[in-house]
Amino acid sequence: MSAPPAPALLVPEAPQKAESIFHRNLATFAANRLAMASAVVVVLFVLMAVLAPFVAPHDPNETDLFRRMQPPAWLPGGEWSYALGCDALGRDILSRIIYGARISIFIGTAVILVATSIGILAGLASGYLRGWVDVVISRIVDILLGFPYLIFAIGLMAMMGPGLWNIILALAYKEWVIPCRVVRGETLVTRELEYVEAARALGASRWHIMLREILPNILSPVIVVSTIRMAHVIILEASLSFLGLGVQPPTASWGSMVADGRAFILEAWWVSTFPGLAILLLVLAINVASQGLRDAFDPRFQE
Amino acid sequence: MKTLLKVESLSKHYEGRRGLVGRLTGAPHTVVRAVNDVSFSVERGEILGLIGESGCGKSTLGRAILRLHEPTAGRVMFDSKEVTALDAPALKALRRRMQIIFQDPYASLNPRRTVAQIVGLPLRLHGLASSEAEARAITARICERVGLKANQLDRYPHQFSGGQRQRIGIARALVSNPEFIVCDEPVSALDVSIQAQIIALLLELKREMGLTYLFISHDISVIGYLADRVAVMYLGEIVEMGPVEAILARPRHPYTQSLMSAVPKVEASGRRARIRLTGDLPSPLHPPAGCKFHTRCPLALDICRSTAPLRETVGEGHIAACHRLGEDISLLEDGAA
Amino acid sequence: MSAPLLDVRGLRTVFETRAGTVCAVDGVDVSVHRGECLGIVGESGSGKSVTFASVMGLVKSPGRIEAGTILLDGCDLRGLTPKQMRAVRGKDIAMTMQDALTALNPALTVGEQIAEVFDAHDYTLPRRGSARARAIRDKSAEMLGLVGIPSAESRLRQYPHEFSGGMRQRIMIAIALACRPKLLIADEPTTALDVTIQAQVLELITEIRARLGMSVVLITHDLGVVAEHCDRVMVMYAGQVIEEGPTAEVIAQPQHPYTRGLLASIPRPALRGQPIRPIEGQVPDLIGLPPQCRFYSRCPLHRDACLAPVAMRSAGPNRRVRCILSGEPVE
Repeated sequence: MSAPPAPALLVPEAPQKAESIFHRNLATFAANRLAMASAVVVVLFVLMAVLAPFVAPHDPNETDLFRRMQPPAWLPGGEWSYALGCDALGRDILSRIIYGARISIFIGTAVILVATSIGILAGLASGYLRGWVDVVISRIVDILLGFPYLIFAIGLMAMMGPGLWNIILALAYKEWVIPCRVVRGETLVTRELEYVEAARALGASRWHIMLREILPNILSPVIVVSTIRMAHVIILEASLSFLGLGVQPPTASWGSMVADGRAFILEAWWVSTFPGLAILLLVLAINVASQGLRDAFDPRFQE
Repeated sequence: MKTLLKVESLSKHYEGRRGLVGRLTGAPHTVVRAVNDVSFSVERGEILGLIGESGCGKSTLGRAILRLHEPTAGRVMFDSKEVTALDAPALKALRRRMQIIFQDPYASLNPRRTVAQIVGLPLRLHGLASSEAEARAITARICERVGLKANQLDRYPHQFSGGQRQRIGIARALVSNPEFIVCDEPVSALDVSIQAQIIALLLELKREMGLTYLFISHDISVIGYLADRVAVMYLGEIVEMGPVEAILARPRHPYTQSLMSAVPKVEASGRRARIRLTGDLPSPLHPPAGCKFHTRCPLALDICRSTAPLRETVGEGHIAACHRLGEDISLLEDGAA
Repeated sequence: MSAPLLDVRGLRTVFETRAGTVCAVDGVDVSVHRGECLGIVGESGSGKSVTFASVMGLVKSPGRIEAGTILLDGCDLRGLTPKQMRAVRGKDIAMTMQDALTALNPALTVGEQIAEVFDAHDYTLPRRGSARARAIRDKSAEMLGLVGIPSAESRLRQYPHEFSGGMRQRIMIAIALACRPKLLIADEPTTALDVTIQAQVLELITEIRARLGMSVVLITHDLGVVAEHCDRVMVMYAGQVIEEGPTAEVIAQPQHPYTRGLLASIPRPALRGQPIRPIEGQVPDLIGLPPQCRFYSRCPLHRDACLAPVAMRSAGPNRRVRCILSGEPVE
């Protein structure tokens, strides 16, 4: 009994540092090399979009009929100051791709932000309050899900007319349904957990429970779904632009660039191909990065 | 002693969902009578042990008393206030005084909040601290009292073991200085040595803070050790209730007797003859008619299959509900636990 | 005594985690004799389940068996190929899991799940065709009858969710016993069950053991279960065996302070009014354990000599203990 405690030899305790689940998940994500590389690609695209005026070698709308369908630099007739060649109006394709990234990323981000905010509120209300709120919201969701997305957006665009904000509106109109369903499902599970019951037993209000107890715990799957959907929205925006319902010319957008070039795809393949590759690369990078996010953040994919 | 909590004919029924066909044909709802016409009272400063097997409705009863699940019928009186009639603000005010400790130390703590946030929540909800610093001080004090260290306050629940998490849950329940605690199987998920630590802690806290417990458990050894009175539940009803000494010495209901006989005991090494209950707990969706225990009861008679027995007083504060109480049969061969 | 049925020597199983190497089982010796029931008692993290998962060859990555021999009937299980091991599992050793609901496949009927075992291991059956199917069905029904499930024929066609918890545990036992294994490892068979059902299942195991003459290892955290059903008991703590011996002796005269603390921790009506004396502190983190006695930090009797590694010591016939305060060192 006289033995003095030997602190150095005592069994080590759990790490002293407060380690939140978020930080732990972030570390898991960072360890996934492919996902990290994709995230870097996405960040590069975002930087490119933000810094477009400084990065682009030319004015994207400057036409030069002498350079009509000038091939990329490495083909005969190409020159390095117009690295990816020029389109039918002699505009520099690289510069237009760089400016087009602004449209794609801005619309993608804006639509997802609007849709996710609406979806979270609607899903929380639907899943936690239940009752008639749930019935009404769930029916609206069912009805919206019944429409084919693109046709729905085309119809809205035709009604409202083109324009940046109308595109965002037309896409967000239906996009919120996706996060709403995720949030509702997660809320239905989480509301039954004992810590939610504990908060009720302590006298917490509905708002407190929905926003402080439930929301932080279901945010991970929502973020994951939102990033996956972001890629989808970018494709939809490109599709609308391709159909001429998107951003109006001369503003550069990847979808309309692909559409512009399709008439001379045989003589000047680069006009359509490079913006198409840009869409492919960005969407692929977002998808791979969001897979990594899902693996790291969604508890169902963890041990 | 003064009565702190009085439960009168409390029932909690769940309506099952009807399918589309059922709804169209107007078929009746299937009803689960999780808690059926339960009455008892708890004196200030005592521990009432509530014992029963899974699905007997003991947890639902605990939650219905706190109105975490709205009771279907009956009244709950707490310190002469009718809990079941309170509006939302009055109920919120009362929540400070009646609290609950949960079974699962993993599910009952929000994984995204630190210990200080979890334990300090009642202080903020009820405005019990004038400043953040004061809230922090109160939180630190109660955490230290339940055996957590001050440097652990800013950690997250997943950094703790099951026993420590249960201490966090206890601190959360006690920080608002309540009078009555529903302990819903607080030690069932814990290892034996940790279980003993938590039981010892709960008993110390009860003495220091003058608490009253409704202690729910499936473990008759735990209840026998710490409760003053025991209520035995079977399929939503209390079949026997009385002082713990009386029930341990001479259980009257055949269900209580078989429950006690079934518990493996360390002292009685080697095989013992025990009362064999055949079959499983009947589905609460289709409870048997008459006495609900008759499907498994070794003593069942014809009357048990048709008529539900009434509660009878069989001793000082000791009641039981069985048709054959008068015959005074003991299934336990040695009569004592 | 004849050679034990199962003889494990110096078993060491480790798990690689991000935080470091967890040594879940560290130098465990187990022997199970023919026809006996051995109880393994320990709290979570004691290594009791991992020990027998190692015996069954069921340790999954990131875990691996680092050292030790596992002899079943003289055959070294660690030297077997995965295919040979599959032939042993189910036929010579079988294991039941704690949670019968997740251990049974919800998409297959109970009959199909029992039939799988016969299909894989029983060479006495007709080769193919309806005769084989009928033979398997009869044997499956016989197994359900053995574990006390009435109207077995019709219940073979039901799915696990149509049975209650106790019935599912019986079905798992039926599957485990299908090929009459020599050794049944029951991992917490009753933890998820109510006491009245628990008593039924334990009695069933004891009864079948006597009838089939097999050996049973009962892994549990409940000393009461061990006291009533096991001939011998092994107490594990933090990956090591700390005490073993005949059940009655260990419970009547525990030698290790941990066993004593564990027994004192069990609340019971006889102790009413007396303060309970729990073991303070908690199980040590199994990462980077110092070589000292594992119970050092929680032991009321610890002294400087405990800081050296402690070996198993002999404490009377058939009794061993890992504490320097009792027993004699073995050579």
